[in-house]
Amino acid sequence: MVNLTTKIGSLTLANPIMPASGTFSEDLFEVLDLNQLGAHVTKTITEEIRGGNPTPRVCEVRGSMLNSIGIPSKGIDYFIDNVIPFYNQYDVPLVVSISAQTADDFARICERVSVPGVDAIEANISCPNIKEDGKAFAMRPSTTHAVMTKLRGASDLPLWAKLSPNTGETIEVAMAAEEAGADALVVSNTLLSMAIDIHSRKPKLGNLMGGLSGPSLKPIALRMAYQCAKSVNIPVIGCGGISTVEDIVEYLIAGATAVQVGTATFINPNAMVTLLAELEAFLQNQNIQNVSELVGSVRDEDAADAVVFMETAP
Amino acid sequence: MSILERLNAGEVSSATGETHEADTRVKSNTPVNGEYRLLVLDAPQSILNCQPGQFFHLLCPVTSAHQPYLRRPMSIYGYSAEKGELQFLYKLTGEGTRALAELKVGDTLNVLGPLGVGFTIEPEWQNLLLLARGVGLATLAPLAQEAKRLGRKLTAICSARSQDVLMSIDYFESMGAEVITLTDAEGTSDMDSMRRVIETKISEGVVDAMYTCGSNRMLKLLQEIGATHNIPGEIALEQQMACGLGMCQCCVRSFNRKGLITQERVCREGPVFGIQEAMAW
Ligand SMILES: Cc1cc2nc3c(=O)[nH]c(=O)nc-3n(C[C@H](O)[C@H](O)[C@H](O)COP(=O)(O)OP(=O)(O)OC[C@H]3O[C@@H](n4cnc5c(N)ncnc54)[C@H](O)[C@@H]3O)c2cc1C
Ligand SMILES: Cc1cc2nc3c(=O)[nH]c(=O)nc-3n(C[C@H](O)[C@H](O)[C@H](O)COP(=O)(O)O)c2cc1C
Ligand code: FES
Repeated sequence: MVNLTTKIGSLTLANPIMPASGTFSEDLFEVLDLNQLGAHVTKTITEEIRGGNPTPRVCEVRGSMLNSIGIPSKGIDYFIDNVIPFYNQYDVPLVVSISAQTADDFARICERVSVPGVDAIEANISCPNIKEDGKAFAMRPSTTHAVMTKLRGASDLPLWAKLSPNTGETIEVAMAAEEAGADALVVSNTLLSMAIDIHSRKPKLGNLMGGLSGPSLKPIALRMAYQCAKSVNIPVIGCGGISTVEDIVEYLIAGATAVQVGTATFINPNAMVTLLAELEAFLQNQNIQNVSELVGSVRDEDAADAVVFMETAP
Repeated sequence: MSILERLNAGEVSSATGETHEADTRVKSNTPVNGEYRLLVLDAPQSILNCQPGQFFHLLCPVTSAHQPYLRRPMSIYGYSAEKGELQFLYKLTGEGTRALAELKVGDTLNVLGPLGVGFTIEPEWQNLLLLARGVGLATLAPLAQEAKRLGRKLTAICSARSQDVLMSIDYFESMGAEVITLTDAEGTSDMDSMRRVIETKISEGVVDAMYTCGSNRMLKLLQEIGATHNIPGEIALEQQMACGLGMCQCCVRSFNRKGLITQERVCREGPVFGIQEAMAW
């Protein structure tokens, strides 16, 4: 028997596989046994009720997809009354993803969702900060530090910061989040992208641009997860492009303690449970007792720091 | 037991819902005319408890010529639990449907479904009328089977460019429906003609409910006729989808619910909606 138990700070998960925010909802219970997941991570919510972006909200690019869903939200009251009780039927930690347009609003929703039944808060700081220049909090270490400090003051629950691949300062942002009190980093959100229909010459997304997710994102998010794991002492949760068990193993070797699976669930709704079974089988075949033995086992002894932390391709 | 063993033993399964991800086997995949093909699948019983108007999300094969990524939504054209069979009528459009066209007898196709909320047939709706054009036929066809099963009378108004591309006429007739064909070639398919045909049926007293699919023009027509004659109706709508299960919220459309504009997911609250609440686009 291999041990899949995974610790993210003070939180213990039965296994390292959980869904990525926005690619999972209560609706999946019809297809998949939600008890099998390491954690449940909900779609980002905002305090206020929001409509979301114009359609079309998704399009596919070869082997991956773009989305501009935005954050349609039924608001926090609906969430507390309906969504938390649904997940509390399961004996699986509940991670609530939150967002807001200013650091103060962020702190307020953080405080309001810090209720019994919620086990951790994931701060989706990859969204625009309207008090600054509209750039996402996670673009810069300073804005990351400021918002995470406010969040830390607003809740005693484990606090995860979800980073963005759109920054050129991955390491600095990661360190700023850690310094401000984050308990873990989720690496990462989608990469800003675009697609145009050459016949109509119209952008394929109603919102012009959107986030790339799926297999094409993996090398980028893996690189970031690796760099983050090298530069902080808090756990890193790898996210981006996972569709096979090899992808998961690769993230763990790079230094991720756990992983989130997003778009793969759209292609195969059973993906997370299948991957879990395959991960267990992989560890058995490799005679690895504890999944934690893989974490950070990358053979990079010879690499210079300057290379590990580089911000641009050589 | 390991997770894999429990999975194989069916202990870790989807047993909660009617929706399943399942592998099917291709029985046939043949052209109906230049643009449409009929796909017949050998399907497990677990996914055959279907309602007319529901759909499946198909994992189209990746071939050397076509690399679709997301699943493609397709209405259920036919289903039979006795025969263990599922049918789709699809129009060759792009990457996904062209990949589907490459499926050969015996190939495997992974499908997810049945999904969404189908058509309702209230007990007092004894006389049904459907208005179909193009691929809308695929969605409306199972209504004929259900109407027959429930012993309701059905009028099927089928519209197309010309007589040779009209589909499923024999099928509707075999289900006991009265079929009226309208074509562009004969100049009988414009909105005024459609309205005349429908209002004639209404005056004959054989329309308790109306059903249609997809098109904006037919939506507006049935909304007007429905409002004038106080006849309920339903429409099956389409929207781009990613998950098909209600998780991603990409497939929303706007609806007018008692004066309040709401956003509903076509894959989950739909694809079938009340005709008066649907909003033209
Ligand atoms: C509930 C539902 C039922 C449907 N039933 C049928 C049916 O029975 N027969 C049939 O021929 N077609 C049906 N369609 C439309 C069908 O899904 C599209 O024609 C198909 O997805 C096109 O894929 P493609 O790769 O060939 O085309 P592409 O144009 O290359 O597709 C690109 C992307 O756009 C999406 N897309 C394109 N057209 C549509 C559309 N009309 N609706 C939703 N997404 C679209 C595709 O899924 C894909 O993600 C239905 C759509 C919905 C939403
Ligand atoms: C349709 C869709 C909606 C998403 N919504 C959110 C969201 O609300 N909050 C968030 O933090 N990330 C969101 N994401 C990003 C995912 O959580 C994940 O970071 C990203 O998709 C990369 O992982 P993947 O390649 O496995 O999908 C969304 C992604 C998709 C595809
Ligand atoms: S397709 Fe994902 S919610 Fe409808």
